[in-house]
Amino acid sequence: MTKQRPKHLNLFVIKLPLPGVVSILHRASGALLFLSIPVVLFLLETSLASEAGFATVKQALGGGLAKLVLLGLSWALLHHFFAGLRYLAMDMHYCINLQQTRRSSMAVLAASLSLTVLLGVWLW
Amino acid sequence: MVNRIVTGSHYGVRDWLMQRITAVVMALYLLVIAFFLLTHQPLHYADWHNFFACRTVRLATILFLLSLFLHTWVGVRDILMDYLKPVSIRLTAEVLTILALLAYAAWSIQILWGIK
Repeated sequence: MTKQRPKHLNLFVIKLPLPGVVSILHRASGALLFLSIPVVLFLLETSLASEAGFATVKQALGGGLAKLVLLGLSWALLHHFFAGLRYLAMDMHYCINLQQTRRSSMAVLAASLSLTVLLGVWLW
Repeated sequence: MVNRIVTGSHYGVRDWLMQRITAVVMALYLLVIAFFLLTHQPLHYADWHNFFACRTVRLATILFLLSLFLHTWVGVRDILMDYLKPVSIRLTAEVLTILALLAYAAWSIQILWGIK
């Protein structure tokens, strides 16, 4: 007997479950962080080279657009950090039933987003 | 016949384990950096420079960065394997990623040990 299950791939009907959202954001944030490596190394180099370089970096990061980019990258780092801790916990068999994975996904999103908001408030 | 693909998976636990171990190293380092930044506000050049002039910090930082590059390699390779299917394109992207990460590693050493 074949079961009659609702089966459709309409993106307006199907919805990614919360752990799936955390998973795809883990990938997206990781890719973003990878692309930011040369920029961060350049900023580190300039800021350590001289007092003038440090002042230049500080001034450059103070601009409106730079702050926005900084906030975006900070979110990426925070999300990747917390989602990564969640995966490490799951590797050790913590939080592996359905309800727990949903709750821990919610906790990851709550932690990364609230810290991003806090950072945003501090930056502006 | 065994069909081995050059750009395929390595069918092993080594990369998986490497990604976890490097993640732990990076998490610990990031906590230290976060603590330093939180306790040195507003940040001045002297504090920033003296922090990285310390040999322990330099070594910890290079371990963090090398962990980052190994971790990045596993993650980016996973992404490339999922989205780039033709072997030639995938291999090119993988080689470029490796070369970039090796260059970043050399640059990192130059930055940290070039501090006067």
